[in-house]
Amino acid sequence: MNEMSNKWIGQSTIRPDGAEKVTGRAEFAADTNMPGMIWGSVLRSPHAHARIVSIDTSKAEAHPGVKAVVTAQDIVDFPVDTPVPLGIQDMRWMCRNIMAREKVLFHGHPLAAVAATSEAIAAEACKLIEMEYEVLPWVIEIEDAIKPDAPILHEYLEHDGKPSNITGTLEHKLGDVEEGFAQADVIIERSFTTRPVHQGYIEPHACLVSVAADGKTTIWSSSQGQFMVRAMTAMLTDMPQSDIRAIPAEIGGGFGGKTIVYLEPVATMLSKKSGRPVKMVMSREDVMRASGPTSGSMSTVKIGATKDGQIVAAEGTFYLQAGALPGSPIRGAAGCGFAPYNIPNVHSVGIDVVSNRSKVAAYRAPGAPIGAFAVESVLDEVAEALNIDPLELRLRHAAREGTKAAHGPTYPLIGFVETIEAAIEHPHYKAPLGKHQGRGVASGFWFNAGGESSAQVNITEDGNVVVTTGHPDIGGSRAAIANVAAELLGIDYRRVSVLIGDTATVGYSNLTGGSRVLFASAMAVTDSAGQVITTLCERAAKIWDIDPDAVTWEDGEARPAGDNAGQFEPLSLADIAAQATQTGGPIGHGAQLNTTGAQGGFATHICDVEVDMDLGIVKVLRYTSFQDVGRAVHPAYVEGQMQGGVAQGIGWALNEEYIFDKDGHVDNPGFLDYRMPVCSDLPMLDAVMIEVPNPAHPQGVRGVGEVPLVPALAAIANAVHNALGLRFSSLPMSPPKVLAALEMPEAAE
Amino acid sequence: MAKLHVSTTINGEPTEFLCEPYETMLDVLRDGLGLTGSKEGCGSGDCGACSITLDNRLVCSCLMLAAEAEGHEINTIEGMAKGENLQPLQQKFLEMAALQCGICTPGMLVAAKSLLEHNPNPTETEVRYWLAGNLCRCTGYDKIVRAVMDTAEEMRGAAQ
Ligand code: FES
Ligand code: FES
Repeated sequence: MNEMSNKWIGQSTIRPDGAEKVTGRAEFAADTNMPGMIWGSVLRSPHAHARIVSIDTSKAEAHPGVKAVVTAQDIVDFPVDTPVPLGIQDMRWMCRNIMAREKVLFHGHPLAAVAATSEAIAAEACKLIEMEYEVLPWVIEIEDAIKPDAPILHEYLEHDGKPSNITGTLEHKLGDVEEGFAQADVIIERSFTTRPVHQGYIEPHACLVSVAADGKTTIWSSSQGQFMVRAMTAMLTDMPQSDIRAIPAEIGGGFGGKTIVYLEPVATMLSKKSGRPVKMVMSREDVMRASGPTSGSMSTVKIGATKDGQIVAAEGTFYLQAGALPGSPIRGAAGCGFAPYNIPNVHSVGIDVVSNRSKVAAYRAPGAPIGAFAVESVLDEVAEALNIDPLELRLRHAAREGTKAAHGPTYPLIGFVETIEAAIEHPHYKAPLGKHQGRGVASGFWFNAGGESSAQVNITEDGNVVVTTGHPDIGGSRAAIANVAAELLGIDYRRVSVLIGDTATVGYSNLTGGSRVLFASAMAVTDSAGQVITTLCERAAKIWDIDPDAVTWEDGEARPAGDNAGQFEPLSLADIAAQATQTGGPIGHGAQLNTTGAQGGFATHICDVEVDMDLGIVKVLRYTSFQDVGRAVHPAYVEGQMQGGVAQGIGWALNEEYIFDKDGHVDNPGFLDYRMPVCSDLPMLDAVMIEVPNPAHPQGVRGVGEVPLVPALAAIANAVHNALGLRFSSLPMSPPKVLAALEMPEAAE
Repeated sequence: MAKLHVSTTINGEPTEFLCEPYETMLDVLRDGLGLTGSKEGCGSGDCGACSITLDNRLVCSCLMLAAEAEGHEINTIEGMAKGENLQPLQQKFLEMAALQCGICTPGMLVAAKSLLEHNPNPTETEVRYWLAGNLCRCTGYDKIVRAVMDTAEEMRGAAQ
């Protein structure tokens, strides 16, 4: 741990990219243009499930203004029998997701794309593409998809020896649950469902791609990883990565949904074929129909406890919708649900199910809120049955240093207990409640992540600092990096400029995701800055003609290490930079690391709701979240993560859902009917940061972005239960459902 | 069909442009005039990322035909700061971290400025209802509402 004065770490400094963002100058992907640019448009499937018999693009190609047409034939095919993993994705599914092959698997599935001199002409030409389909029966919901006679999406994927829509399973085991349940006096078992919800980023996917005559390709796009864009585009278009320069535009929200590509490889092929730069921007409707939400789920959780309040066994089965192609976050659901607790016997199973809706993408702590919703709802009932305060029950079983988790690890130093204690002590927990009001609590866990990160720290000729890192800044990470660099170098944060490099200007850096960005990039910056400081001391030693070991770096200047080193006036960064040419050349260092030591994040939430008994509207009155944030390098942006996660949880719990019509089409692909929380729906969202620094990180960083969403669904459901005495085991608790349940309690299930 | 010729004022500058009759003000701002500060989040009036003012009235530029600008005054995010001086709301948004990704920010600022022009002393509820047409998925609105309330207070103080 760094023992410095912490002048900047812990300060809510102004972000380096701030002025551009508040004046409308920041360049998001759709804001970029190029001379000679043309527009791409995508033809999408009108069917939820159909075999493609033929595609005839000749009329579209002949249409005036059309410069290129692309179909699956132009995208590299990864045969279905050979897995090709890339991160957590598999290129077999990725190539079929961006352009349908063999079959269309959901309404909105891309079939072809046209580039033309205007957006309108491109869209018009799409309609001239002649398609012949063999329409197939389709299936959307998990319970239907796992029936023995369900329409099968992928005949070649088998489960239990026969073609099945179950396309993957995962199991965690600790102790012996049978024995555990045998000791239990109270056993509660409940089933739950949640609906798929969209990440809801306000910026639709967009890119601009220019393939030059020599094949050198530049991609500007909005993504959570320029290196992911490069790797996937290279693989899907059969180009060497060295020919592709992926430039990360400012990103208008992602929440996991921009960790894969949709448009970039298609635009690349359109540009290659037309010889023109091609811009593609999704409509909101396309985003809602065809980009990945997170999974819907169906789960069963059973928890057993002795009458003196000891939980002895827990079991969970979590079915998650993957969408059209395999790969739902079963690891998050089955792994995170029980992870906060010290329970001797655990059995947790995740099951991946495909169906005819768009392929899921990551969404903030993928899968974990689903697991926590079920587990934390049942825990609430266990507490009730045992007549123990729900936070007290959690505290008694809270994981701490040394607890063995069912998903594998034995925890190092973690701050979960502290979040529960803070919640118990908080005035919110004791505040009086009125009529039709209720209070709920819940906790949650997210793994957090490290992984590859690169950074470069350069000293400018005038003695200031430029830091380049490789993770797109999705919520203020540049500000936090500026704090870290300023702290290490002992200078004002305003002298540090932080940039996100493109794939040609910074070393490989993994996705912005997993709550890894500050954890990993601060390590790379710390390493680089350490090397810079060593060089600065060497240069000072040269100027003074003393041994480099006799120089220290303090408060932004080189000083003689002690009286023995000699008497010299300190040399500032500017002094040393001014003499850099004479003392050995430019000063700057980089680091490319595979970072390890990320540790789990824990949170506990308290939520108060009021139910409008006439309209069925659940209003969140007060919300306080408590989170072990490790070290809050930039507190305002840490709070922002906590508040944003809670707001998304409120939407998920109370309103957000897709509605499908009788043809398997999404009926509400827009913000009017897909109802995300608006400003007047929410109260202030209090965020209590608890700092238990991660000993494995130079600044104590733990990762903060994802866990804030995890407990929210259950905290709200538990509050509604407290208000009405009704347990909603099915989300969202939307007004029609609440009204129905008020009349007939079974409707809550 | 021939393009329409439109004479208008944008951020105080007399401006002329040609547009198709079906083009929206947002299309013309972004693609024709290079004013890409107004964002398109939905194109259907549901997100507020495209907020501008038309004769001091807050409108979604995605719902306004470009031809309707004829003879009127348009203000966009690009006209909010005066030279190097940020408008107080812009400054407060930075100080209070009222933006994360920043895509909603231009629309949010235009809407908030319009609120304070109409109502210099809004309650929290009034702020929340005025901004209810501006979606933000990142912040949970907490810091945005606080920034608007704080700015209002400061501006009232400065006006006295
Ligand atoms: S783009 Fe105009 S309201 Fe969303
Ligand atoms: S800051 Fe990202 S949508 Fe508001």
